[in-house]
Amino acid sequence: MAFNINKIRDDFPILQQQVHNKPFVYFDNAATTQKPLKVIERMDKVYRETNSNIHRGVHHLSDITTRDFEQARETVRSFINARHDHEIIFTPGTTAGVNLVAFSFGEKFVGEGDEIIISAMEHHANIVPWQMLCERKGAKLRVIPMNDDGELILDEYEKLLSSRTRIVAVTHVANSIGTVNPVKQIIKTAHRLGVPVLVDGAQAVQHGRVDVQELGADFYVFSGHKMYGPTGIGAVYGREEILEEIPPYQTGGEMVDQVTFEKTTFNRLPFKFEAGTPNYTGAIGMAAAIEYLQETGLEEIAAHEKDLLEYGTGCLSEIGELYLFGRAKEKISVLSFVLEDIHPYDAGMIIDKYGIAVRTGTHCAQPVMDRFGIRGTIRASLAFYNTREEIDRLCQAIRKVIQMFK
Amino acid sequence: MHSNEIQDQIVEEFEIFDDWMDKYNYLIDLSKSLPIIDEKYKKPEYLIEGCQSRVWLRADMENGRVVYTADSDAVITKGIISLLIRVMSGRQPEEIINIDLYFIDKTGLKENLSPTRSNGLVSMIKQMKLYALAYQAKARKNN
Repeated sequence: MAFNINKIRDDFPILQQQVHNKPFVYFDNAATTQKPLKVIERMDKVYRETNSNIHRGVHHLSDITTRDFEQARETVRSFINARHDHEIIFTPGTTAGVNLVAFSFGEKFVGEGDEIIISAMEHHANIVPWQMLCERKGAKLRVIPMNDDGELILDEYEKLLSSRTRIVAVTHVANSIGTVNPVKQIIKTAHRLGVPVLVDGAQAVQHGRVDVQELGADFYVFSGHKMYGPTGIGAVYGREEILEEIPPYQTGGEMVDQVTFEKTTFNRLPFKFEAGTPNYTGAIGMAAAIEYLQETGLEEIAAHEKDLLEYGTGCLSEIGELYLFGRAKEKISVLSFVLEDIHPYDAGMIIDKYGIAVRTGTHCAQPVMDRFGIRGTIRASLAFYNTREEIDRLCQAIRKVIQMFK
Repeated sequence: MHSNEIQDQIVEEFEIFDDWMDKYNYLIDLSKSLPIIDEKYKKPEYLIEGCQSRVWLRADMENGRVVYTADSDAVITKGIISLLIRVMSGRQPEEIINIDLYFIDKTGLKENLSPTRSNGLVSMIKQMKLYALAYQAKARKNN
């Protein structure tokens, strides 16, 4: 299918509105993405026609919803090319996914004096769960540093790896500055020492094809709402062998096999990790989002976003008082910048009045801001429904901001 | 002048502007009239939590009246504090505690600041009133 931007924009009703009497420009896609009609209508259909709790029902609608939910799992599996359906665990999102792995993997494999490696460009969601694990177990957190362009220094990473390393947890794409990390290489290096790797894919899966087998990832975690699906749903991919070995995270209904007051045995994968009624409507919506991405074409999406990144970088670079952070050779369409002597908050408020949604602040990545010695940036994160004209409007708004605060 | 008269003045000043850009320009102007906190007090004890921009606030008691000084690293925030100080500063603690700050709604400042930003505003007002409350308690103790 040819990439038709007008048709694509028609698929997203929220983009059709005016904000502050100006056509709405949505540049906060790294925070959450907008939803195409296909997703909205699919979830509407669940609530109107088939809603019933899954797996244990004996009635007709329960059967349909169970089938749709398990089909959603298969859609997610195929999307990231996992080997088995039962390697896909539905969670409320990436944060919940990292917490699941940090807890269950940590219970089994992390002890006093052990080490966990993360990177300098992690979102807080891939820092704090590991920090808490280290505190519980008396383990140490090690951090792969990055250079001034916002790229990980892999020589330093190799030095950090040791016989005490139990797991490496790195982001595929940095939410604050857009860097795409060489995760395949990072995984290969860790595997040489038999160390498993978790990849935070929250900012990656919506921008191009991800193949967990090709990457060699042991865990791959992502969210539905950042890939044009609903909020409150996400997935953990875990390699079958590891998932079988580690204990459950949360416990309750659905995840059990036999329960007596003396002992409980747990259900098989993936249900062992899905306590309670899962967000089946969310999972079905997430699968609809994946289908939408596949129909649109991940290669076409990546190509359009690459064009937007190059155009946006060029347009912003022409503004003298602007400094762009994150100049990695490999990056996705995130433009993170500061304006000379203007607080990001001041700039963000004025940009908002032009009907343009950007984010200001630390982007849940305070260590990244500390690394660059700043208190925050203005971040425009672009998606495939954005256009060059919208970038022009952002640049005009920025020039106006500079004029106002000079 | 009663604090409500000052609030009415502010509402009137903002009514002149049709466009939010003009209101922001006015806030930028107002930021220049903020009574600035002494540099030596710009430390964590005087920092207000809950704002995206940093805000330092101090209150001194002068002849039975609370006098505020403040600063922020964001200009629009400075403009907003200067309005709060215009309404609240130089008054007796009891009056400050009881001020109903209706000008924030009437000028549209509240609806035009998103919830996280408003939270910063709420924290500022709360801190100003807390200072007044503390001075009131101190005065009662001394009597």
